[in-house]
Amino acid sequence: MDWSALSLSLELAVWTLALLLPVGILIGRWLARTEFRGRPLLQAICALPLVLPPTVVGYYLLTFMGARSPLGTAIDAWFGLSLVFSFPGLVFASLLVNLPFAVLPVQRAFEGVSQELHDAAACCGMNPWRVFARIEMPLAWPGVLSAAVLTFGHTLGEFGVVLMVGGNIPGETRTLSIAIFDRIQAFDPGAAGRMAALLLLISLVTVALGYGALEGRARRGAGQG
Amino acid sequence: MTRLGRTFLLLLASIGLLIGAEASAAEGPLVAAAASTRAALEDVAARYLEATGESVRLVFASSGMLAQQIENGAPFGLFLSANGAYVTRLANAGWTRGAPVVYAGGVLALFTRHGLLDVNTKPLAALRRALTAGRIERFVIANPEHAPYGSAARAALGDAGLWEKVRPLLLLGANAGQAVQYSIQAGVDAALVPLSLARAAALAQLGDLQLLPAASHPDMPLHQVMVMLQNSDVATQRFFEYLQSTDAQAAFIHHGLKLPTLALE
Repeated sequence: MDWSALSLSLELAVWTLALLLPVGILIGRWLARTEFRGRPLLQAICALPLVLPPTVVGYYLLTFMGARSPLGTAIDAWFGLSLVFSFPGLVFASLLVNLPFAVLPVQRAFEGVSQELHDAAACCGMNPWRVFARIEMPLAWPGVLSAAVLTFGHTLGEFGVVLMVGGNIPGETRTLSIAIFDRIQAFDPGAAGRMAALLLLISLVTVALGYGALEGRARRGAGQG
Repeated sequence: MTRLGRTFLLLLASIGLLIGAEASAAEGPLVAAAASTRAALEDVAARYLEATGESVRLVFASSGMLAQQIENGAPFGLFLSANGAYVTRLANAGWTRGAPVVYAGGVLALFTRHGLLDVNTKPLAALRRALTAGRIERFVIANPEHAPYGSAARAALGDAGLWEKVRPLLLLGANAGQAVQYSIQAGVDAALVPLSLARAAALAQLGDLQLLPAASHPDMPLHQVMVMLQNSDVATQRFFEYLQSTDAQAAFIHHGLKLPTLALE
């Protein structure tokens, strides 16, 4: 059992969730409530990582962030940081790849908050922040929870982007999914199997808890109907 | 907050603790090594650890893939390639530090399932007979585009006039390790793989293993070449020197590599 790899996978998932969820809420809410000419295009861009193979994302990241690229050289000069073959690079790639999971469920959820509620809240004299915190968020919470569960779970299972952008560096970018792949190539199916089972268990528990929380809320909601 | 909501938060908190308590990554030299060297190099690294108490971090992939990563800024300190060409390419682009060293010679092995070939005939001649008789449905090699054992395999088959016959039957491994893994699992009739990995995977229990002489692929020699990279430090230098010691040499021979024959052109 590669504990370092497990730790990296969990770190990556938590960082991605922590950074992306606020962004997802911001963008999702904005897309839900603001009509503007370019909206379909922006929605398409947010959804793009869903349909692109991870190798395409990895390819572009390497091309634009790699040591040979202008951007990569600049970032290295200013911050001493590399966005390829490093953990920060993995987080960055993960943010891009998981954008649809963070935005789309949230957008749907905020779309479900009717305009009448907003009008009523405005009539009551609530300022926009109170409307967001006391009216919108409680109603959109299932969507936000879905986004969180999906983002976390999907990041745990990431492989293609991690391999391309991160390499397979122990203690830095060798996440659990990469470690499984590595063990298979080392003719060690036993270790691969154990790690795969653990990853399956963690993912299942995460998603089950998420759905359980949603269901609990639905039941309580129906009871108050 | 529901009970499940609390459980979810507890789970996240536990994860936070786990992360905090993670085993610190060994900060030893970061070595990029051809997948074909895995068995030998893991042994050498273990001996090095015993001898000096220092651990090294090994990353295995096809030599071509690793060269690509290095050119994209991967922070390796040392590169062990399964041929000289990738090292020369890196040296010409300024990624290396110091002179490359040919530390061993690679050996291609022909793996065939039991009874497929007449083992008393020369391997490639016997292979030709089996191919003509249509007894081979799947043939594995490493990807010739970026794995030296793959391009050596292609060269050997080409020089023997067998490439066109084998081509429609090919299953390509992303690197030599994956080629051997396919040979174990994928119901493969024949494969050309590194001898060192074939031994490590005990392929001889699954079929017949015959060695191909270096003369069967003269244009694609399997010089095992290593070179320090710009990103290297003193610890890497120490390991680099250890790899040239008689101790390490013995390990390489033990794992199916040959003594180095000549220096890089």
